Amino acid sequence: MIIGRKAVNFIRLGLSYIVLVALAIAAIYPALWILLASFRPGKSLYSKTLIPEQFTLAHYKELFTSPVYMFGTWYANTLKIAVFSMLIGVVLTLLTSYALSRFRFKSRKTTMSTLLILGMFPGFMSMIAIYLLLKEFNLLDTHLALIIVYAAGAPLGGTLIAKGFLDTIPRSLDEAARIDGASNFGIFTRIILPLSRPMITYIALTLFVGPWVDFIFAKLILRTKENWTVAVGMWDMVNTMQNSNFTLFAAGAVLISVPIMILFGFLQRLLVDGLTAGASKG
Amino acid sequence: MQRHKAKAGILSAIFMGLGQIYNRQFIKGLMFIAVEAVALIYFISNLGRAFWGMTTLGESPSRLEKVKGIAKMVPGDHSIVILIESLITLLFFVLFLIVWYMNIRDAYKIGAERENGRPSHTFKQSVRYILDYKFAQSFLLLPGMGILFFTIMPIIFMIMLAFTNYAAPNHIPPAKLVDWVGFETFRNLLVLKTWSHTFYGVLTWTIIWAVLSTITTYFGGMLVALLINQKGIRFKGMWRMLLIIPYAIPQMISLLLMRNLFNGQFGPINQYLGFFGLDGLPWLTDPFWAKVTVIVVNMWVGIPVSMLLIMGVLTTIPRDMYEAAEVDGATNYQKFRIVTLPMILFSTAPTLIMQFAGNINNFNAIFLLTGGNPVNGNYQYAGSTDLLVTWLYKLTLDQNKNNMASAIGIILFIIVAGFSLYNYRRTKSFQEEDMIQ
Repeated sequence: MIIGRKAVNFIRLGLSYIVLVALAIAAIYPALWILLASFRPGKSLYSKTLIPEQFTLAHYKELFTSPVYMFGTWYANTLKIAVFSMLIGVVLTLLTSYALSRFRFKSRKTTMSTLLILGMFPGFMSMIAIYLLLKEFNLLDTHLALIIVYAAGAPLGGTLIAKGFLDTIPRSLDEAARIDGASNFGIFTRIILPLSRPMITYIALTLFVGPWVDFIFAKLILRTKENWTVAVGMWDMVNTMQNSNFTLFAAGAVLISVPIMILFGFLQRLLVDGLTAGASKG
Repeated sequence: MQRHKAKAGILSAIFMGLGQIYNRQFIKGLMFIAVEAVALIYFISNLGRAFWGMTTLGESPSRLEKVKGIAKMVPGDHSIVILIESLITLLFFVLFLIVWYMNIRDAYKIGAERENGRPSHTFKQSVRYILDYKFAQSFLLLPGMGILFFTIMPIIFMIMLAFTNYAAPNHIPPAKLVDWVGFETFRNLLVLKTWSHTFYGVLTWTIIWAVLSTITTYFGGMLVALLINQKGIRFKGMWRMLLIIPYAIPQMISLLLMRNLFNGQFGPINQYLGFFGLDGLPWLTDPFWAKVTVIVVNMWVGIPVSMLLIMGVLTTIPRDMYEAAEVDGATNYQKFRIVTLPMILFSTAPTLIMQFAGNINNFNAIFLLTGGNPVNGNYQYAGSTDLLVTWLYKLTLDQNKNNMASAIGIILFIIVAGFSLYNYRRTKSFQEEDMIQ
C-alpha cells in the first residue's frame, strides 16, 4: 500500500517534470533562436543547425555604422522619449489614482467609469484626430509630440490598477499623519509614495516599454529618419526587406529586447507584487 | 440687510471677476478678468467660423481658376481641417462656459456669506481652502486636460466622421468637400450586401478569437501555475523565471519573430517537421491554419501573465482549507475542484473579463503575425484572420474609407465598453471599496 502510493507520487512528479521541461523549452526556444541567428554569418532565414557554425558580430556593426540604419540615433531618441513620457505619465497617473482613492467628491464614480470606458476606445480611431491636432500646433515630426501624447494617455491605462493598489494602503496611516499636522500634499509625498513602490515600478515599466514597441503612431508622427524610434526603424526594416535580411532583423530585435528584459529581471519581484495587488482587488 | 449675493452674482455674469471685486477679493477678481479678456479676444475671431464650419464643413473645394490667362490652383476649404478646428474652438467655448458658471456661483456664495456677516476670504485663505477641501479636484485638473484633448476630443471627432461621407475616392479633401450624410454609413455597413457580408464575417471571427484566446491563456496559465506549485516540485523559482521569459520580450519583437519561425518555406518549425519526415504545414498562408497559428502564438505570449496572476492567488488560499478537506478524506482532484478552482475563479474573474475585452481589441497579435492575411476574396479589404480592429486599421490607413472605419469603431466600442462597464461596476473595488480599512 505504502509502496504503491510512493510509486504513484513518483510517476506524478516525473510526468510533471517532463511537462515543465517541455514548456520551458517552448518558452526559451524562440528567444534563443533569434539570439543565435543574430550571430550567424549570411543573411538568410534558413539555417541547417540551431547553433551557427561560426559566430560573427557583423550584423550589429552594420546596424550602427551603415548609413541606412541609424540605430545609434534611433536608440538615443527612443531612450529620451521613453524616459520623459514615463516620468510625466507616472506623475499624472499617481495624481489621478491618489485623488480617486483617497477623496470622496461628487461625480467620483462617474470619473472612474469614464476612465474605464475611454480606455476601451480603439487607439487608431483617435490617431487621425491627434495627427491633425498636432499639425495645428506645429508639433509634427517632433519628439515632444510623442512625449505629450504618451504621457497624456498614461492615466487611462494605469489609474484603475493604481487605485486598486492605493486602496490597500490603510487609511489609518493618513489619519495619523493628519493628526500630526501633515497637509494633503505632505501625506501624498511622505506616506503614499514610499508605500506604493511596487505599483509605481509596474506603471513606470509599462510606460517605459511603450515607446520601444509603438511603431504605428510613432511612424505617423515622425517623418524624418533621424527622428525615428527603434520601433519605427525595425518595422521599416521588416517591411522593406521582407525576409531578405533576416539576420540583421535578428540583431535589431536582440538590441531592443535586451534592455527591457534586463529591467524585467531586476524588477521582477516588485512587478509581480504590483500586478497581483492591483488585479486581485479588481 | 444688504443684497450682496444677487448683486455680486449679476456683476459676475456681466463680466467675469466684477462680482469678486465687489466682494473685495481683488486678486481673484483680476484673475477672472484676465481670463475673460483672453477668451473674448479668442472667441470674437473664431467662434463664428466654428459654427459655420460645423454646419457646412466648408463650401468651396479647391479648383482651377484662370488668372490673367494662366490656370492656377486656388486652395479651397479643407473640410476635415475645418471640422477639427471648429471642434477645438467649441471645446474651448464649453470650458469657458463652465468657468463662467463657476465664477458666478463663487461670487454668489461669497456674497451670501457676507450677508451673514462673515468677511470674504483673503487670497491666501482661498488658496488654503482649495488645498484643504478641493484637493482632489485640483489634483485631477491636469490629467483631465490631457485626457480631454488627447482622448475625448479625438473620440468626438471620430464619431462625427461616421456621419460624413469622408471616404476615397470621391470625398477626399482638399480636392473635394466632405458632407454630412446622417446614418447612411451605418445603413451601408449593416445592410448593404458587399459591406455587411464582410462585417458579419469579421465580427464572427473576432468573437471566436476572443473566446478561444482568453480561455486558452487563462486555463493554460492555471495549469502551469498548479504544475509548479505542486508539493514535491523543486526549484520553483527557477521554473517560474524560465516560463516568464516570453512576458519579458516586447510583444512587437516576439510576434515578428514568430512570423519568421512559422514561415512556411524557410522557417525552423517546418524544417523540424521535415526531420521527422512530415510535410510542413502552411502555417500562415492557409485560412484555417493561420487561425490556429494566431491562437497558439497568443498562448505563448499570454500564458505567462495568467501564470503570474494565478500563482499570486494560490499563495493567498488559506492552508486550513486544504487541511479540512484532507480530514474529510478528499483526494487531490477533489481538493482542486472544491477549494482551489473556486478560489482562483472568484478572485480573478474581473481580470478574466478584462482580458476578454482586451482580446477583442488585440491588434498586435493579428497585425504583426499575419497582417490579417491570407486574403479573402469575398471580403471588402479584409483577410481571413482580420479582427474588427485590424480591418478598421486597413480601412483608414490603406484605403481611406474613413467614415466606414469610424462606424465600425463606434460599434466595436459599444460592444467592448458596455461589457467592461457592466463588469467593473460589479467588482469589489467599485462597490465595497470602503470595506478594507
